[in-house]
Amino acid sequence: MPPPVDTKKVNTDLFALTYGSIISQLLIDCENVDEVNKQLDRMGYNIGLRMIEDYLAKSSSPKCRDLKDVAEKIQHAFQMYLNVTPGVDHWSQANDEFSLILYSNPLTEFVELPDSLQTMNYLNILPGVIRGALEMVSIPVRAWIKSDHLKGDHETEIRIQSVNKK
Amino acid sequence: MDVSEFMANRAKKSIVDQPIVKSQVTISLSAFSLLFCELVEYSQAKSSTIQELQTRLADAGRHIGYRIIDLIVNRDKNFRRETRVINMLMFIKTVFWRALFNKEADKLEQANDDSSIYYLIEQEPITNKFVSTPKDKGNFNCASFIAGIIEASLEQCCFPNKVSVHWHQGTTFMIKFDDSVVKREKRLTTK
Repeated sequence: MPPPVDTKKVNTDLFALTYGSIISQLLIDCENVDEVNKQLDRMGYNIGLRMIEDYLAKSSSPKCRDLKDVAEKIQHAFQMYLNVTPGVDHWSQANDEFSLILYSNPLTEFVELPDSLQTMNYLNILPGVIRGALEMVSIPVRAWIKSDHLKGDHETEIRIQSVNKK
Repeated sequence: MDVSEFMANRAKKSIVDQPIVKSQVTISLSAFSLLFCELVEYSQAKSSTIQELQTRLADAGRHIGYRIIDLIVNRDKNFRRETRVINMLMFIKTVFWRALFNKEADKLEQANDDSSIYYLIEQEPITNKFVSTPKDKGNFNCASFIAGIIEASLEQCCFPNKVSVHWHQGTTFMIKFDDSVVKREKRLTTK
């Protein structure tokens, strides 16, 4: 795995709070929690579309051969952008599905979910980012949050499933 | 203790049980910029005028300011808050700015003719790094987001004020304190 090349940094608190600010804005603007989830996913998708350019330019990584390779690259990207390294685990039998496991995460630094928001996926932006970024390199995937640390699960798990090209 | 057990223990603790002192952790500027860009775009879709857009960004900033000031005071200032205007502003210029943006603000000035107005000058705020403002957008400045942060932070320390953004030597934040602050300052000076 090549070392991260991005040298410009910002403070994590600012980042986490900015994200929190977006969430609270969405909760005011949207009618229900489902819509918030959807909007977050859409935002993530938009970010992903741009982020992949940035990632490819900075890491100059070659084309991915298979999904294992993709998983490794995602891991690297997480390290580069969020300064955390997620675990890759729970491969499906056909090797077309895997999970990213986050033990800690800068986005949830100061967060506690109230009981009224148990259906909200606080981190729903991340699957969107992954989907958008991979779409730009013609690897269509579905991504969703399977378990969430904020809701009392042991860790946060993002499930990624490759969608067959037709 | 294995990892899952550790995580289970941590999950039971509430957020206020966690220590606030920690070493500076940073993340990539691109991640922040992309996220901020989404915020701007979203706000833009929701507002019809430039003024409204600025207000929306400032509100997002205020949301941050209310929270971050406590964090910085507790983490970097040994739980001490400032009571005098100049000290408070110096704190904003140095410690506060460094905690948020890893650098000090470029300049701090007082208006000649009005003792309630101060200027905080920043050549290139990180919110403006990748923004080019089209002509038809007039005076729009993404730094209103930062203005919101300053405003809420000062307010939280009992310095009610109004912060506005201007294009002057880069970006200038004009901080106008309420009359109550000016009066209090006078009283404290004569004592």
